[in-house]
Amino acid sequence: MIQSFCDWLSNTSLSLTIQTVMWIIPAVQTIHILCVAVVMSCMAMLDLRLIGVAGKRQPISRMVSKFVPWVWGALPVLLTTGIILTIGEPSRELLNPYFRAKMLMLAIVTGITFVVQRQNKKDTSFWELRRGTAATAGAFSLLLWVGIITAGRWIAYY
Amino acid sequence: MTLIPEFCAWLENTSVGTAIRQSTWLFPAIETLHVLATVMVVGSVTMLDLRLLNVAWRDRSIREVHEDVLPWTWSSFAVAAIAGSLLFSSSATKYYHNLPFRMKMVLLVLIAINAAFFETRTYRRIGNSNDEAQISFGAKIAGAVGIVLWIAVVACGRWIGFTK
Repeated sequence: MIQSFCDWLSNTSLSLTIQTVMWIIPAVQTIHILCVAVVMSCMAMLDLRLIGVAGKRQPISRMVSKFVPWVWGALPVLLTTGIILTIGEPSRELLNPYFRAKMLMLAIVTGITFVVQRQNKKDTSFWELRRGTAATAGAFSLLLWVGIITAGRWIAYY
Repeated sequence: MTLIPEFCAWLENTSVGTAIRQSTWLFPAIETLHVLATVMVVGSVTMLDLRLLNVAWRDRSIREVHEDVLPWTWSSFAVAAIAGSLLFSSSATKYYHNLPFRMKMVLLVLIAINAAFFETRTYRRIGNSNDEAQISFGAKIAGAVGIVLWIAVVACGRWIGFTK
């Protein structure tokens, strides 16, 4: 079923345009990677703060309110550029186990980030008072982001 | 002028270059490390550049942001440079003749010049204040130039993968 969807999608005029205009895919990938840079640097700093190994000059609550909005700002751009790349090469993405792993990890890490932000909004001392939970959330988030980038790069090698 | 081509030929025939070229997983694994380190370099240095442009982190002084962010940039850059050199060693001659690769190297030199000028001149005149008036025109130029050059580096890096 996915295969026939891919076949249909790759024959639409939009997909054919993306396939034939040589600069579209590299240009869109560049925007995608630049947004990954925004997300990854923000999340690495925040996650290591949650774990308790970096950025201790600033309170956790301030870092959450500083960094998480950048992630929510970059994600729609990542989604849009990701969809353009998928329309251009549907079977390269949708039938690819690395792509599926990436989407699964993305869903989980989005949930973790949402919870971290929501609890911080309710009570700015929430994560300071729960160091163990904060460290666990930070460690999972960091691992998932590294996993997302790794899977993203390995899509090209499947 | 044959020095660089000879070096490239030697490099890709070293055991390291040969191993990366012949392995099915070494190149993508090192490339993943290169991408991870690169996004950390670009993301972290952009935080400082946006502070210099007075766009982000306005409630902290430039000095504080500089101290917090640049260790990330430098350590990530070291990883990116080592991983990048290993990738280069797998097909040195090919990359040496590749236009986007050459452009990327020139851009990195320009980034180094921009950073050196900022560190040795502009940054020394910046105090501890986080007052907007304290940000000199030179600091704003350094921030804007930095962002543009890093975007171009990423674009060239990605472009290398789409050329022969």
